[in-house]
Amino acid sequence: MGLWYSISGILLLVFFVVIGIEGIGLYSFFTIFIPYAAVLLFVVGFTYRVLKWASSPVPFHIPTVCGQQKSLPWIKPDNIDSPYTTGGVVKRLALDIFLFRSLLKNEKVDLEAPHRLLFRTSTLLWLGALAFHWSFLIIILRHLRFFLEPVPSVVVILQRVDSIFQNLLPILYISDLIIVIALGYLFIRRIIYPQVRYISLPSDYFVLLAIGGIAISGVLMRLIYKVDLVQVKEWVMAMLSFRPMPPKGVNLLFYIHLFFVSLFIAYFPLSKLMHMPGIFLSPTRNLLNVSRHRRHVNPWNHPVKVHTYEEYEDEFRQSMKEVGLPLDRE
Amino acid sequence: MSEEISKDKPLKIDYTPPRERWMEPRVEFRKGTYGYPAASKHEKYLELPNPREWQPNEEDWKLPEDWKEIILKGMEDRLDRYRSFRLFLDICVRCGACADKCHFFIGSGDPKNMPVLRTELLRSVYRRYFTLPGKIFGKLAGARELTKDVLKEWFYYFYQCTECRRCSVFCPYGIDTCEMTMMGRELLNLVGCNINWVIEPASNCFRTGNHLGIPPHAFKSTVDFAIDELKEITGIDVEVPINRKGAEILFVSPSADYFASPHWYTFLGYLLLFHEIGLDYTWSTYASEGGNFGLFHSADLAKRLNAKIYSEAKRLGVKWVLGGECGHMWRVIHQYMDTLNGPADFLEEPVSPVTGTPFENAKSTKMVHICEFTADLIQNRRLKLDPSRNDKWKVTYHDSCNISRGVGLLEEPRYILRNVCNEFYEMPENTIRERTFCCGSGAGLGSDENMEIRLRGGLPRANAVKYVKEQYGVNLLTCICAIDRATLPPLLEYWVPGVEVAGVHELVGNALVLKGEKERTTNLRGEPIKGEEEELHV
Repeated sequence: MGLWYSISGILLLVFFVVIGIEGIGLYSFFTIFIPYAAVLLFVVGFTYRVLKWASSPVPFHIPTVCGQQKSLPWIKPDNIDSPYTTGGVVKRLALDIFLFRSLLKNEKVDLEAPHRLLFRTSTLLWLGALAFHWSFLIIILRHLRFFLEPVPSVVVILQRVDSIFQNLLPILYISDLIIVIALGYLFIRRIIYPQVRYISLPSDYFVLLAIGGIAISGVLMRLIYKVDLVQVKEWVMAMLSFRPMPPKGVNLLFYIHLFFVSLFIAYFPLSKLMHMPGIFLSPTRNLLNVSRHRRHVNPWNHPVKVHTYEEYEDEFRQSMKEVGLPLDRE
Repeated sequence: MSEEISKDKPLKIDYTPPRERWMEPRVEFRKGTYGYPAASKHEKYLELPNPREWQPNEEDWKLPEDWKEIILKGMEDRLDRYRSFRLFLDICVRCGACADKCHFFIGSGDPKNMPVLRTELLRSVYRRYFTLPGKIFGKLAGARELTKDVLKEWFYYFYQCTECRRCSVFCPYGIDTCEMTMMGRELLNLVGCNINWVIEPASNCFRTGNHLGIPPHAFKSTVDFAIDELKEITGIDVEVPINRKGAEILFVSPSADYFASPHWYTFLGYLLLFHEIGLDYTWSTYASEGGNFGLFHSADLAKRLNAKIYSEAKRLGVKWVLGGECGHMWRVIHQYMDTLNGPADFLEEPVSPVTGTPFENAKSTKMVHICEFTADLIQNRRLKLDPSRNDKWKVTYHDSCNISRGVGLLEEPRYILRNVCNEFYEMPENTIRERTFCCGSGAGLGSDENMEIRLRGGLPRANAVKYVKEQYGVNLLTCICAIDRATLPPLLEYWVPGVEVAGVHELVGNALVLKGEKERTTNLRGEPIKGEEEELHV
């Protein structure tokens, strides 16, 4: 269900660009208005969402502890999985953000016999996710060459390394290859694993398809339907200096690519893609396990009705007296 | 145990999701799969909303007229008060890594027991009323109207989560379903949908100081009984101070320790230990409960029950507090107590009176775990131990969820066990420490009427026990959680007959060589110390 909605949604959007460009010739609309609007939505939406999270306090100290606490001096504490210093918590977050360490712990449970469980390590999702996110990041960094003049040497080097196989396969970036494979895997697993399919919403497919659209249109522009990159850079620079004009010498594929990028950027703050900033704020990952050592303050800690010792003694005084328990008031 | 469950009719587990989509709320309140609703007298005693007599399997739940507004307002309020709530509702990508990490999913195959879907039950309503795409695109954006059926589903599934936090270990963003369940239960409470197994203990605790509702004089007589029993086993007269002002330490343990079995033997273990080291301490009848069923209901109720510990420590004028073996009690004490009812500036930073070791890690909360305390005693060679007195046991250790994922207290109990028994075997790596499996009965789900769900939820733990039983002949599962001690025996009897359950301090009590004791012939259970086979050969 959700899958077909998403596929038709994506096709509809492609159709929208084709009609808009080939049919009506809305060049400025697609290359100036939409990208500007998308960036504006992104900046406003992203900031709004992050501030919204930040404005809710963390009332309780709830790290998910995954290692030995720091307690007695002769017991070796685990500063990454039960961090007790800021350095430890930074390492823990960094390992999760850059290496998806929690996902690496993944294991699959199966029934070996009716009531006998079998645990197997399951690293495919970790590998697929890591491959996707890293290649996506590298591709974004490579695109900096359109935004910066002169192109920083880091970006140039990255581009060289990424295209190290040029002699074998003309002009193929490693990151392009990996992202297409990884996206394919992430998409297919949503369809073939019954449980993942069961939990998937239309938006889950939609995001993958939209990024897939960006990747494939990008690869095609590089491999087959070449676009004049000098013209593209001129267009970007004009946009950045707020003297926009539509690019010349680009083909339909460029408009599709750009449209999907704009869509992705605009959709970002409205969607689960916000997991990117979200992980930094996750209270189960970014807190130190030192809650008995240092008091955590809850800003809304309101008074509650308690049952005082006086009330308790009033109720049980007689029986306490009979068995000789000490009393505050005879 | 309900009649339907017997070994002749094994529980079926099927991981294939059903044909109909999860977005259609559908829940069947079948006997054995849910807890009875809270008795109104207890709700009234605690002054909770909408107390009434009702049954989940009946059509009419007697909700207040404006139940929907109450829930949505409650959600809005909590979104503003809990970052975890808003964040975890927003950032899940539905990758599915959590799916087979939940013991209830593993044991039932019910897809709504996958942590991701358990949370989607709330998330879908959040999308509909609090997010732009949900308001515009509705179902297409995964949004659902809040209907009575959705509420019923919440009740069923948020009381089918033990708040064990295993899923949050595997989630790439640390999304903690426990937080979601806590919010779900708080919301349900606003319209008067609670279960009795949570509310009755909480109400008892509010009134008498402990979940079991034991009044002070009965507490005294149970202690007297323990003193007699210890005299018989060891020949020693143990002194057990109660409500004594001016003691150095207040000791608080879960009430099951002094009233239930096999907890009782752990209780005897504490008493022997404190006697042997001459601890200047006291029990309290007012704060006679370490556990906190309020945590399974709402932050406010947790605070109301927890307040007694500090207030009693202040009244008695102790220096610091020592806590017994309990799971969720330690989640509260480690992660909540100081925040809820602190600062405990009237107490002193805890220092062991025997070894002089300062408990740096408990500097602010001023409450020390008994395993930290005992491990320090053993490491400083202050205890004379004879581990051979536990030779009838081949021991394994079950990490309680809250102790491992809430506190990180992993090595202390293991260190103690290695010193008090000769044969100790670990269960497989993926079922212990931070990956430990819940007993399936925590967070208020331990009632008999909920037995089918408990057995299903207990399967992964039992399965690992079965493994060490077959491999090494393990016959004793030790743990430091009162709920484990109460609920694992029937589960193990069903899944792995022949394995008993004990607290760590029961084995400490057995191994502890007391000054002036008579030769011990029985362990704290009153069973011969030598294994039966050995005796035959004598």
